[in-house]
Amino acid sequence: MSGASATAGNMPRPKAKVGSMERQQRIALWVSYIMLSIFVVIFLIPPFYMIITSLKTSVEISAQAGNPWIVKDPTLANYWELLTNAAFRRYFINSVWVTMLTVTISMTIAILAAFSLSRMGFKGSQVLSTGVFLTYLVPPSLLFIPLFQIMGWLGLINSTWALVVLFPTLAVPFCTWIMIGYFSSIPRELDEAALIDGASYPQILLRIFIPVALPGIIAATIFAFTVSWGAFLYPLAYLYSADQATLTVGIVRELIKGDVFAWGLIMAACAMAAAPPIIIYTFLMDYYIAGLTAGATKG
Amino acid sequence: MANVSIRKVVKAYEGDVQAVKGIDLEIVDHEFVVLVGPSGCGKSTTLRMIAGLEEITAGEIWIGGDVVNDVPPRDRDIAMVFQNYALYPHMSVFDNMAFGLKLRKFPKEEIKRRVDEAAKMLDIQMLLDRKPKALSGGQRQRVAMGRAVVRNPKVFLFDEPLSNLDAKLRVQMRTEIKKLHQLVPTTTVYVTHDQIEAMTLADRVVVMNHGVIEQVGAPQELYHNPATRFVAGFIGSPAMNFLPCQLVDDGGLKVQLADGTKMAVPPQRVDRYGPFKGKKMTLGIRPEHMTETHDSEKPGVQRMNAKVDVVEPMGMETLVHHFVDGVAVCSRIDPNVHTGPGEILPLAVDMNNMHLIEDASNRVV
Repeated sequence: MSGASATAGNMPRPKAKVGSMERQQRIALWVSYIMLSIFVVIFLIPPFYMIITSLKTSVEISAQAGNPWIVKDPTLANYWELLTNAAFRRYFINSVWVTMLTVTISMTIAILAAFSLSRMGFKGSQVLSTGVFLTYLVPPSLLFIPLFQIMGWLGLINSTWALVVLFPTLAVPFCTWIMIGYFSSIPRELDEAALIDGASYPQILLRIFIPVALPGIIAATIFAFTVSWGAFLYPLAYLYSADQATLTVGIVRELIKGDVFAWGLIMAACAMAAAPPIIIYTFLMDYYIAGLTAGATKG
Repeated sequence: MANVSIRKVVKAYEGDVQAVKGIDLEIVDHEFVVLVGPSGCGKSTTLRMIAGLEEITAGEIWIGGDVVNDVPPRDRDIAMVFQNYALYPHMSVFDNMAFGLKLRKFPKEEIKRRVDEAAKMLDIQMLLDRKPKALSGGQRQRVAMGRAVVRNPKVFLFDEPLSNLDAKLRVQMRTEIKKLHQLVPTTTVYVTHDQIEAMTLADRVVVMNHGVIEQVGAPQELYHNPATRFVAGFIGSPAMNFLPCQLVDDGGLKVQLADGTKMAVPPQRVDRYGPFKGKKMTLGIRPEHMTETHDSEKPGVQRMNAKVDVVEPMGMETLVHHFVDGVAVCSRIDPNVHTGPGEILPLAVDMNNMHLIEDASNRVV
């Protein structure tokens, strides 16, 4: 056998064909790189410009001469001013706690809902799962008027609690959908083995499903985080006093007075507001992708 | 350890599809019973009903003297090994094996003692710290068996545990399962579609088809005395040959094949087969009972000529395929007998091992 394979290994290869394969691969690679470079440039210019501007003084920003893409005298004064500004700290804290509660509530509901929908097999669970996904397709901007009324009845207008109640309604459907996909990719024998081993349904969820579905949970958590942290419309519509505003709305309200834009401060605030999601995405990106694609690849 | 009793058990799904149609089976303590049959015969459903993973539509299942119809799986004191191992991927081998004991709040020392003991028995001591993804298929299956063994349950349930393994490993693991049962003689119900697995492992084999039990018996009994045409054809590899025939009285009772070949029924079976004279029957004869001819044949052996179609040398034997009046037939001959396609091969048919099947009932008479 080894002799035969050695002979086969020494056989001259049809060079032309291999070459054409390699050339095709090289061309595909080049095209990918060019396309990706274009998109990277398009997507990175705004954050780059944001950071550059945040490091400039107001004088340098408004100067007509010079290249706007270069910082002549970099300064952290904008950042310092914001950090020492009590209102900005308030917005930041509001955003943090609304987001933390939103993520906790959304994930708790989504995990429990996904587990029961994908595993308990009760009557109507299929229809319900589809229904959950369909609610995600309703644009949030359509919902904010009826939701405003509901918040009015609940007496939560101009309270960050309104957001704590509202954001999960936006995050739960998609998070549940991600989790259903992930839970469905876990072989049924795993819960059956756990059932026979003596586990109850809550124990199966806590000790088997949650650890196994961690990438999916992280993906859903990032989504819920983004929904809450980046929301603009709802905080703008529902919160009108400064002490209740979140970061996204606070920046606009505090730093744009009439037609005066404090660009340096605005950009520094935006950079600081963007930092938490960037940090989270950077560390958890692999999990995020694994979580979103799990249902598709594992069947 | 316990008896398992299945009484008139029915499993029906929506739309009145019956997967299991009122079966009865008594499994005694320490027994190794294999449920075997083709896909969709209801064997896995039966096993899952014993496990409590499927509800029972009608009938009763008893484990160790108690009806367990409404008892959840965790309270049935059973352990199950699955086809795809079903190991918890985020846990080490040790934790996988200890999971059931931890849930039952066993003391730590006892858990360690049991896991170590089982790991030693299954030769997986060196794997205890590994995660399942770092194990080969065979090792995973051993861990799955270890997880069952540590619990020391009343009943072991195996659901096609070797189907995911390659042929060589399957044979090896088969021996290990048998050895395990010799060491830990827990009552075992084992499901497979592989009749060789069934024959080699079982104290008793239960052959199922279309949701009913066709026959229950020791492997050799099923092989030599099948009750139905299905069992006769399912047990044994290559399968039994079935030839349409008629019983005729031609200077003694004879089997007449469709091509006119007549072969005498052995004297000791004449009384048994007499009443079927003139009826449409099927002659069942295993390939090993259609062999090359010898100079001195024993009584009851009849001769026929076969025009060879395909020859399959297997090493220790050679399979010869030919046709009798359009029906494919397989014979098992000595590997030293040389023959080739198109040649005429004289065969000796050992009628002492013939089976006669009544076409109307499909039962072996």
